[in-house]
Amino acid sequence: MSVPSITERQPWWKWPLNWWWRSLPLRVISTVFLASLVVVILGGFLIMRQATTGVIDTKKDSVKSEAAAAMANAQETLDNAAVTSSVRPNDLFQTLVANLAARSGTDRYLVIAFVNRQVVRTGQVDISSVPAALRAEVTEPGNEDKLFITPTGMRTTNEVTTRPGFAVGTMLEMPGSGAYETYLLFPLEQEQQTLNVLGTAVISTSALLVLLLTIIASLVSRQVVAPVRAARRAAESLALGNLSNRMRVRGQDDLARLAASMNYMASELEKQINQLEELSAVQQRFVSDVSHELRTPLTTVRMAAEVLYEAREDFDPVAARSAELLQAELDRFEALLTDLLEISRFDAGAAVLSLDRVDLVPIVEQVVAAHRRFAEEAGATVTIHAPGPCNAEVDARRIERIVRNLLTNAIEHSEGRPIDIWLASDDDAVAIAVRDHGVGFEASQAKQVFHRFWRADPARTRTIGGSGLGLSIAMEDARLHGGWLTAWGRPGMGAQFRLTLPREHGGILEQSPLPLVPRDLVGPSVSRVDGVEFAQPLTSSPVSAAPAQDVAAGQRSGEE
Amino acid sequence: MNTPNRIGCRSERVSVSEGTRNGSVKGRVLVVDDDASLAEMLTIVLRNEGFEPIWVSHGDQAYPAYQESRPDLILLDLMLPGRDGVEICRQIRSESGVPIVMLTAKSDTIDVVAGLEAGADDYVAKPFKAKELVARIKTRLRRQLGENESETLRIGDLTIKVDGHSVERDGKPIQLTPLEFDLLLALARKPWQVFSREVLLEQVWGYRHAADTRLVNVHVQRLRSKIERDPEHPEIVVTVRGIGYKAGEPKQPK
Repeated sequence: MSVPSITERQPWWKWPLNWWWRSLPLRVISTVFLASLVVVILGGFLIMRQATTGVIDTKKDSVKSEAAAAMANAQETLDNAAVTSSVRPNDLFQTLVANLAARSGTDRYLVIAFVNRQVVRTGQVDISSVPAALRAEVTEPGNEDKLFITPTGMRTTNEVTTRPGFAVGTMLEMPGSGAYETYLLFPLEQEQQTLNVLGTAVISTSALLVLLLTIIASLVSRQVVAPVRAARRAAESLALGNLSNRMRVRGQDDLARLAASMNYMASELEKQINQLEELSAVQQRFVSDVSHELRTPLTTVRMAAEVLYEAREDFDPVAARSAELLQAELDRFEALLTDLLEISRFDAGAAVLSLDRVDLVPIVEQVVAAHRRFAEEAGATVTIHAPGPCNAEVDARRIERIVRNLLTNAIEHSEGRPIDIWLASDDDAVAIAVRDHGVGFEASQAKQVFHRFWRADPARTRTIGGSGLGLSIAMEDARLHGGWLTAWGRPGMGAQFRLTLPREHGGILEQSPLPLVPRDLVGPSVSRVDGVEFAQPLTSSPVSAAPAQDVAAGQRSGEE
Repeated sequence: MNTPNRIGCRSERVSVSEGTRNGSVKGRVLVVDDDASLAEMLTIVLRNEGFEPIWVSHGDQAYPAYQESRPDLILLDLMLPGRDGVEICRQIRSESGVPIVMLTAKSDTIDVVAGLEAGADDYVAKPFKAKELVARIKTRLRRQLGENESETLRIGDLTIKVDGHSVERDGKPIQLTPLEFDLLLALARKPWQVFSREVLLEQVWGYRHAADTRLVNVHVQRLRSKIERDPEHPEIVVTVRGIGYKAGEPKQPK
């Protein structure tokens, strides 16, 4: 006995999926992992966004005010210079830019000015650091006094990559010679660094959080799953028959109550099973006692009847006939008693197989030989069709009894027409079919024929005097072997009983080497062939059985 | 007292000769059964067949009755008040080879094997026919009348003297019951043949149709325990797997 397993044979790439479906903790852990990952990513993203916006806005404000102050200062310088002397604008701007840069202190911003198609700048700042859009905005007429600010990527001429920064631009008016674009470039390195540090902190915190959450989930799921698994093991152990096993109950929570209920169930099961076992033992003992108690007086009666029967010639005709009847009926009584005891042994589950590897053909031959006289009295000829030895691991005594029961049943109902016994085997199974051409029965009665004391026609007399239990016993014997016993019949067309047994004990039957419906009815190709040649196709039975099975499917009402 | 088996055999012979002297009595049969009606019926049938039946109904009386009457055969019910049939069987077997046929109502239980292992030669399952029982009794008694041959056979390192009903190893006699002797003789007569259990049942027990092969198994075990040097590795009665038994190769006695 084994616990049904969920896993079947599967390609390797399905294993992880299997594992996923089979392990509750895995599912819980991975769900928690994925969910917390999503939450943390989302949260981190939001935090970073807000932090960035905050930092940048603050910077922008300080940049604005600083730039405004610097520009105002520069304008003032220019105004003064223009008033005091007339200098070339380029030279003046040169000084102005240097002053502006000096005002910013240690590289806080860079200055760039476009004076008469010449670029005046501090540091090696590249012109591309000033976005064209900003320049367009600044140089637009009417915007002379306004200060514009925009984010930009700034770089020096010998740098390839750009750094984030703010570009602030305005027009500086030089009295007398015109207005010139001047830009201040504020690098955001400080802020960038701050944000980088913040980002690293958010990422590492998130990773730690996810990890911890996963660990917590695994701990929790383990805590929940461990008792469930213990319950599963306990249930499996119960199923295997270890009824005395109990689960440990700890605490008072739901899981403890689960364990307690499991234990309660186990003890109830144990009680019930013990009761049943006791009943079965009582039944078996009863059968055994009845057997003993009935047999001793029956022996006496039977011997007395024999003595009377032997001496019947000395009696008057009435007494003589009575002695004959007594003798004959005692045979029936004994057969009935034997069959009844056998049936009750099956019912009590006391029947056991004593297995041997044997050839079924000689068994069938022996049974037929033993019943030749009965068959002759009934006017039926019995023919055995065997393609060769049919070896199987069976209880020979029981198989002999099945064949005997099927044969006596066939003779009893044969109406004097021939009886055929077919044997066949394939790799997994052996089969014996007993076919008669007698009265037959309705297709709907195919199951009833195996019922105890069932008669097709209650008015029919019994000739051999079977107990009415023969087919029931045959069915039980077949079941005990893990085999099939199926009946097919049609009124006026006779009947066929087919026994199929696995070759090895414990084997599972999938199909029978013989068709359920008699071969002589299956098709015109085989119906007119006589016995010996007819036996030929049986050797290739798996192939030849297939079409026959199709026909059987069409008339399935007869199948068990 | 001489060796028990000898006495057993001899006394049987004496009583058989007495029986033949009487003309009608074929042998004395001790019936041990607690069912009075069955016992009476058995008595009637046995007397009809020319046997001299003696009946005891209680287990405790069985052994004294055996000692007193020295029967040629014992019909023994296994379920008895007082002493158990298996126990009685064992006690009688310990000092005699007298044929014991069990009467049993439970042919499919271990009782039968227990009885056979205790030394019963054969059993008849109730309800039996009178003819069947008489046939069993006659088979067991006829065997003892013996074949009047002065044959000496060898099997393994044993010497069998057919007329003397004796088996010797290195000149020392081995005590066998008549049934065990018959079994050994059947194998020794055809040392080249493998005997199936069914064939042995027919030759030694006289069964025409298939019967209980446990009879053969149990008695081969009993026989081996007496004649084999190592019953676990038999050399005289050899098992042929899946078929039956055969005689071991004859060896020169040391």
